[in-house]
Amino acid sequence: MTTPAPTEDRRSIDWLLTIAVLAVTATFVRAIFFTPAEARQGLAQKIFYVHAPSAFIALYVAFGIVAVSGALYLWLRDERLDRIAASAAEVGVVYMTVVLITGPMWGKPVWGTWWTWDARLTLTLFLWFVFLGYLILRGAIDDHGTRARYSAVLGVLGALLVPFIHLSVYLFRTLHPMPIVLKPGHPSLPNSMLATFAMSFVSFALLFVALLRARYRLAARVDALVAEEEFEPAPMPNLRAEPIR
Amino acid sequence: MSTRVPPGTFAAAALIARKDLAIEFRTRSAFLAAIVFSLLAIVIFFFAWDATAVNAVDLAPGVLWVIFTFSGLLGLHRSFGVEEADRAIDALLASPVDREAVFLGKALANLLFVLGVQAIAIPAVALFYNLPLSRVLGPLVGIAVLAAIGLVSVGTLFSAMAANTRLAELLLPVLALPFFVPIILPAAQSTARLLSGRPIAEAMSWLRILIAFDIVFVVACALAFPFTLED
Repeated sequence: MTTPAPTEDRRSIDWLLTIAVLAVTATFVRAIFFTPAEARQGLAQKIFYVHAPSAFIALYVAFGIVAVSGALYLWLRDERLDRIAASAAEVGVVYMTVVLITGPMWGKPVWGTWWTWDARLTLTLFLWFVFLGYLILRGAIDDHGTRARYSAVLGVLGALLVPFIHLSVYLFRTLHPMPIVLKPGHPSLPNSMLATFAMSFVSFALLFVALLRARYRLAARVDALVAEEEFEPAPMPNLRAEPIR
Repeated sequence: MSTRVPPGTFAAAALIARKDLAIEFRTRSAFLAAIVFSLLAIVIFFFAWDATAVNAVDLAPGVLWVIFTFSGLLGLHRSFGVEEADRAIDALLASPVDREAVFLGKALANLLFVLGVQAIAIPAVALFYNLPLSRVLGPLVGIAVLAAIGLVSVGTLFSAMAANTRLAELLLPVLALPFFVPIILPAAQSTARLLSGRPIAEAMSWLRILIAFDIVFVVACALAFPFTLED
């Protein structure tokens, strides 16, 4: 097995995670107290610093990792790839949930509605469902190899699905008359906002990496424990006759 | 027996489809259930809306495609569920046929199942919702076939996966429904264009999505299928 040594002291501090949490906290402090409020949207715009980096990381980075490591797993059959995919999916669901919660909170004051069936919103929602299905699938299979293969297949097919959902929800939106909604556009951010945005992006990316690493280590430990248990010889009196299948 | 040559991919697929359809024909359980479910859903949908506020013609495309999706899922459950009993799947895999042929055979049987349900549900919707069926029948059948191919290819693959999990039939809709979005949306939208008397050309961009989906996912699911079986 290729698991890292499970003897590592589990009370040791995950420094990367600590730094990432501090960075995110610093981003919040800067966004709330040291960044000017947007002229038209007021304070509501500050949600941007949580919403946009989470959306980018969840939709592109996490989904990409799940699909690519799934495809690589089917080719190389390295269980580390499966662990990476599973960790990215789990952290990605958290990020995407953040996107789907902060989005309506931002939309209500700015667009005047909690939800609109805009192409990007709909795509995000459906990818969230694909991700949840992925995690439910993983939870429903006990065998390691089967779980890895099935979730890799789902991850790859999910990546194929993205352009189709995007096309159909885009067509759906453009062919239907919709109330004119004010879209928050940020073509040219003032420097102070741009700095905060860059900082939020870096800190959220750092947090993603830290959570991915922590989740990966957990998966490796669980796998090592399961492997240990499987090596233990079962006590003889408990053996029961199994019907031949 | 030993002198027999193993059948080619398509011949094997046809044999497997025939086997599944023979089981279905002799028991009739899933097909009958899917038909009754469709008829019930058509009637219930009509009463769930205020018929004076929404025109039946505006309601029909959505109803039609929601019903096809869920009745299709009823049939897809059985596709691999029936192989789980007595581990019949092991015998199927031990036989000298390609895994792709198993997929194609299963998918073919499911396709005929879904088309059979549609053949009864479309006239039933036309009857209850007072649709001008004869005017749109040709293009509507075309859309139905295109949509059924997509539904069945994704559904067959996920049915094979779901049958091997603890959740079994509960998992299939959770996995498959997000994948059905680019099928249901184009199918319902182009059906709506047809029923409101617009020319089929207006629905072409929808149909293109549907056709592209069918091509990509029939190939992708057939290629992915062997990965769901090996042990």
